[in-house]
Amino acid sequence: MSLKKVHDNQPKEFKFSDENLKKAEEILKRYPQKNKKSAVMPFLYLAQRQNDNWIPLSAMKYIANYLSMPYISVYEVATFYTMYNLAPVGKHFVQVCTTTPCLIRGADKIVKLCKEKISPNENEISKKGNCSWMEVECLGACVSAPMIQINDDYYEDLDEKSTIEILDSLIKDKPLKSGSFRGRKNTAPEKKQSVNGESHA
Amino acid sequence: MLKPENKIFKNLYNDHGWEIENAIKRDDWRDTKNIISKGREWIINEIKTSELRGRGGAGFSTGLKWSFAPKQVGSRPHYLVINADESEPGTCKDRDILRFEPQKLIEGCLIAGFAVNAHVCYIYIRGEYSNEGKRLQSAIEQAYQKKYLGKDACGSGWDFDIYIHYGAGAYICGEETALLESIEGNKGQPRLKPPFPALVGLYGCPTIVNNVETIAVVPTILRRGGKWFASIGKPKNTGTKIFCISGNVNSPCNVEEEMGIPLKELIEKHAGGVIGGWDNLQAVIPGGSSMPLLSKKICDTITMDFDSLIENKSGLGTAGIVVINKDQDIVACMARIARFYKHESCGQCTPCREGAGWMWRILDRVVKRKATFSDIDLLSDVTKQIEGHTICAFGEGSAWPVQGLLRHFRKEIESRCREEPLIKKRTNNPYLVDQHLLENKNA
Repeated sequence: MSLKKVHDNQPKEFKFSDENLKKAEEILKRYPQKNKKSAVMPFLYLAQRQNDNWIPLSAMKYIANYLSMPYISVYEVATFYTMYNLAPVGKHFVQVCTTTPCLIRGADKIVKLCKEKISPNENEISKKGNCSWMEVECLGACVSAPMIQINDDYYEDLDEKSTIEILDSLIKDKPLKSGSFRGRKNTAPEKKQSVNGESHA
Repeated sequence: MLKPENKIFKNLYNDHGWEIENAIKRDDWRDTKNIISKGREWIINEIKTSELRGRGGAGFSTGLKWSFAPKQVGSRPHYLVINADESEPGTCKDRDILRFEPQKLIEGCLIAGFAVNAHVCYIYIRGEYSNEGKRLQSAIEQAYQKKYLGKDACGSGWDFDIYIHYGAGAYICGEETALLESIEGNKGQPRLKPPFPALVGLYGCPTIVNNVETIAVVPTILRRGGKWFASIGKPKNTGTKIFCISGNVNSPCNVEEEMGIPLKELIEKHAGGVIGGWDNLQAVIPGGSSMPLLSKKICDTITMDFDSLIENKSGLGTAGIVVINKDQDIVACMARIARFYKHESCGQCTPCREGAGWMWRILDRVVKRKATFSDIDLLSDVTKQIEGHTICAFGEGSAWPVQGLLRHFRKEIESRCREEPLIKKRTNNPYLVDQHLLENKNA
């Protein structure tokens, strides 16, 4: 269960944009007519994307009305799932996986770098660069550990050097391309090479 | 060692392209119409012959599961739901299927949907796999364009639609009934079983829930025959399996191999061996974080299949292998897993909600060398109090890894505990109240 705090400063009104209204109608078609409550999760995602990656309470009320369900049920869903942000996050939202497979390959070093480069505390928007970071549980890319997720993209096979490059690129607002930072293809085994008698992965 | 011609996932690393044209070159969608025309009975029997066991963790017979769906459609429609909520630490196989072999999954959905009388299929993808979901969506659209999906899918006379539903970062939604709750628009909290989803599932209708990998191997099994699949691996543990090898190995990777391959061979041949050599191995988690770890002595000889791992008080689970070498603090590794379970408990059952936190705090004390000897028995007691006392298997999943640690590394834990009791005011504590919690605000 996640512990989440609702943001102090809430906008009064929320409405889907015209584009999102069209998307919402498309989403409703996926579920049986009498079960339109199923659309609450995709709707919360729409609201989150429309509102700079966080969900205000007014959006929950709006969605509750839209789907004719009690406000508290929407609130329940929005607070249960960790990916719904109930307070603003950085434009570049860094999520560091720190579960065991990443931990044993050095995720703690990445956390340390985030503290140095972005902000000393989790979920705090950096003064420069408009980033924020948080520790998360397993992101499901264990063979590419350690890894981080920035917004939707996975940055894999990291070490300290590449993490510094990535975080610097975020601060400059020019994010590097996602993928493996050890130059390997997806999750394929790496051919071992012998360079000057030392073996390298 | 798996022969190259027996490989099912030929595009696991995207060497040949994921698009439908390339997938067709790899024999996807060949003879699908013909397979479906042989009828439900034939499909289910062929899957039973193949002895395919579910790849999501529990290892239940897939053919048997399909046969639980009512034979005739009554007043309620049937549903097929695919579990792509891959969140078990150590596991990342479904991600590669979604990215690089989506047509295998889509074709499997059509065949499985037909076999269980479902016209609608929902694929539940974890929210973090947003790019993988977009890839799957384009693959689904390509299949619609080729008329492999939709009305009269693939010329089979069967109408079939697939929709994607995203999760939002809750591990528990990988439990099938929690997943159904989540699709229905509720919190993902598991339901009591029975009734099982095959009779009362999504929207109260008969529903079959299968893992991505299970469904993705189905078309190949039916094309090449159940006997072919059963000839690979060991009896009752047949076929091929994608193993995810992570942790302290020289070359972590995903690899498709035969079931029953020796663990040592798997690690040395495909993952470049343990960092520091095989003798530097401390322990291996064989099947995702919820399966108890194995000591090096067991790792020397163990084969990777459901039954031999159960014999060693562990399990194949999702085949997410986490290798831990002697440079790591084993207790810290398991404490981090306990923290994972504390974070992910859905909070419905008290033993799990409270117990998961207990296990994490006690292990954390051991790591910090602040625990007492009585803490070890307490820890063991807490795991027993959780196990078997919860609605879903999350309770076991959180308790087993700790029990495994106690089984194989009790001496290591004892060496960090102190004789002198930390607790001085021990009088009249109600049973199982954690004194450290009362004394230490940050515990």
